[in-house]
Amino acid sequence: MPLLRPDPTFYPSPRKAMEAPPEKLAYVATLNYGNGRPDALAVVDVGPDSAKYSQIISTLEMPHVGDELHHYGWNSCSSALCPYAPHPHLERRYLIVPGLRSSRIYVIDTKPDPAHPHITKVIEPEEIKRHSGYSRPHTIHCGPEAIYVSALGSGETGEGPGGIFTLDHFNFNVQGAWEKDRGAQKLAYDFWWHIAYDVMITSEWGRPSQFENGLILEDLLGSRYGHNLHFWDLRRRKNIQTVDLGKEYQLVFELRPAHEPDKQYGFAGVVLCLKDLSSSIWVWHQENDRWAVKRVIDIPAEPADPKDLPPPLKDFKAVPPLVTDIDLSLDDRYLYVLCWGTGELRQYDVSDPFHPKLTGSVQLGGIVRRQSHPKSGPLLGAPQMVEISRDGKRVYFTNSLYGVVDDQFYPDKLSGWMVKVDVKPEGGIELDRDFFIDFGETRAHQVRLQGGDASTDTFCFPS
Amino acid sequence: MGWLFALSLGLQQKSGRAIWVSLVPISAGHATSIALVAVLVAGIGSMISLQSLRLLTAVTLLGFGVYKLITYYRHPKWVGMRVKLHDLFLWSFLMAFAHGAGLMIAPILVGLLDGSHSGTHHVSASSGMLLMLAIVVHTLAMLVVMGFIAWIVYTRLGLMFLRRSWVNFDLIWAGALLVVGALALWGAVAGGGMH
Repeated sequence: MPLLRPDPTFYPSPRKAMEAPPEKLAYVATLNYGNGRPDALAVVDVGPDSAKYSQIISTLEMPHVGDELHHYGWNSCSSALCPYAPHPHLERRYLIVPGLRSSRIYVIDTKPDPAHPHITKVIEPEEIKRHSGYSRPHTIHCGPEAIYVSALGSGETGEGPGGIFTLDHFNFNVQGAWEKDRGAQKLAYDFWWHIAYDVMITSEWGRPSQFENGLILEDLLGSRYGHNLHFWDLRRRKNIQTVDLGKEYQLVFELRPAHEPDKQYGFAGVVLCLKDLSSSIWVWHQENDRWAVKRVIDIPAEPADPKDLPPPLKDFKAVPPLVTDIDLSLDDRYLYVLCWGTGELRQYDVSDPFHPKLTGSVQLGGIVRRQSHPKSGPLLGAPQMVEISRDGKRVYFTNSLYGVVDDQFYPDKLSGWMVKVDVKPEGGIELDRDFFIDFGETRAHQVRLQGGDASTDTFCFPS
Repeated sequence: MGWLFALSLGLQQKSGRAIWVSLVPISAGHATSIALVAVLVAGIGSMISLQSLRLLTAVTLLGFGVYKLITYYRHPKWVGMRVKLHDLFLWSFLMAFAHGAGLMIAPILVGLLDGSHSGTHHVSASSGMLLMLAIVVHTLAMLVVMGFIAWIVYTRLGLMFLRRSWVNFDLIWAGALLVVGALALWGAVAGGGMH
């Protein structure tokens, strides 16, 4: 049914979105790696007054085995209010869920019952390849005029350049490759934009053969994974600038531009510095009409006994923080940084993006520490994927990175779990001792919150 | 939607003046689109009888109304947020064209043609002037209304207006096209009987 009024989850500005009612449901991509069962989308009850608080209330299994569900997103969001292509009467209703390994995309309908979603369309890998040339779909962002999807591979072998393709808003048909001129860009991973400035930013992981059988140590030590940020003219689909962070900075992952549309800066997380195994956070910003970057956070590796370390790390006698996900609250105040190696969730006050202040920390899991939750025994895995509620008061996270890479760093086979922290009004974070979900041998990855969250919305109007 | 674009530019540049500056090319684009339809109406009107012109207008409106009812959610693809004045002109022209804004006033244009020439169905200079005058009046009225809405939202109502009060004009517009088309058809049939 067409809507006569805008979808109530659309907000013109990030500040307005912070007034949204708290979420009652969370959707979690879960994967079954190597046990012959299909991946699934779990629905978790996050309503604090609900009798089923912190429980899985339904599970939607995919019809195929081995998709490797990874990042996913909503079909539409607040960007539908953007004035150059307004579609305010679209609904935030469908989850667009790509399989990173299978290159298949599921369109999952959260209506009529949001607690029991169902698959409404399957976009097969052949269709994606035929219309766009791409494979290995990854990040989803709801644009004003189309759904944008990043893809890590292309061509017959999949080893061609990764990039971006778009889906039609209304029927989810694959429209085609997005780029007109990719310049020096070959590797892909995350992307987002400064929509009010018509600028897109993309980051780099590696070619599919560099991760599908696990990270390759020689490639890492040889600096053959991604170490660039790319800036694009969103309107003309053209790479306007490539910024090299330095060859020693390997695996440029998550991108979190400021939500406020009149700001022009954002944060990029880099997994590994080859010199000292540290992770780092970089700020991109405008300098004399060009894009510049500055490293603003370094998180050092922690010394460790080789007998406690998995094979790839034994020689280094240290456990790297392995920051693989970051997330920025809607008021652009707090940046959450997840250390998947050492087992820590950090909160930084980034009101001044060039001088972040560490304001909170929660330790959980970790390669060496295996820190337990009040409701669990020692935990394998560590904070890996994070999502912040729109009001900025609750932060949810899960512990799996990518099936085969999980096993490289946690060879004792981690099981999936999901945890929540509460954010104190004056800053600082505290573990919710009642919230712990054990997914068993199934692993848990991306979390999406009902009605929207801090990494799925784009706003066109300044607060 | 011109008022929304103007509003967002005003907000982005933090200037009420930007609203009015951007409304000028938006109105001009809209007027150009309508003028094109007017020229078409007048051109076709000089070739066929007034009665046929009325029928043609009505049928086109109804057909376009049905098309918009099915695809009310589609907009012409536009490209970005950083727009120059000529971009706004082109955007407005395309939007007006795709939404059938000119078509909507075609029955009035036909009526003006009808009233201005006596006996002959050829377009006279005076009816041409009248058409242009109608377009100018329509455009000025639109400019004032768009400016007023954008200004009120900018200065008083605030952004939450967008959430609460942005009714689905696309759907209503499709309905309006059908209503005007039906009225035009009725006028054509009834008017035809009288001659």
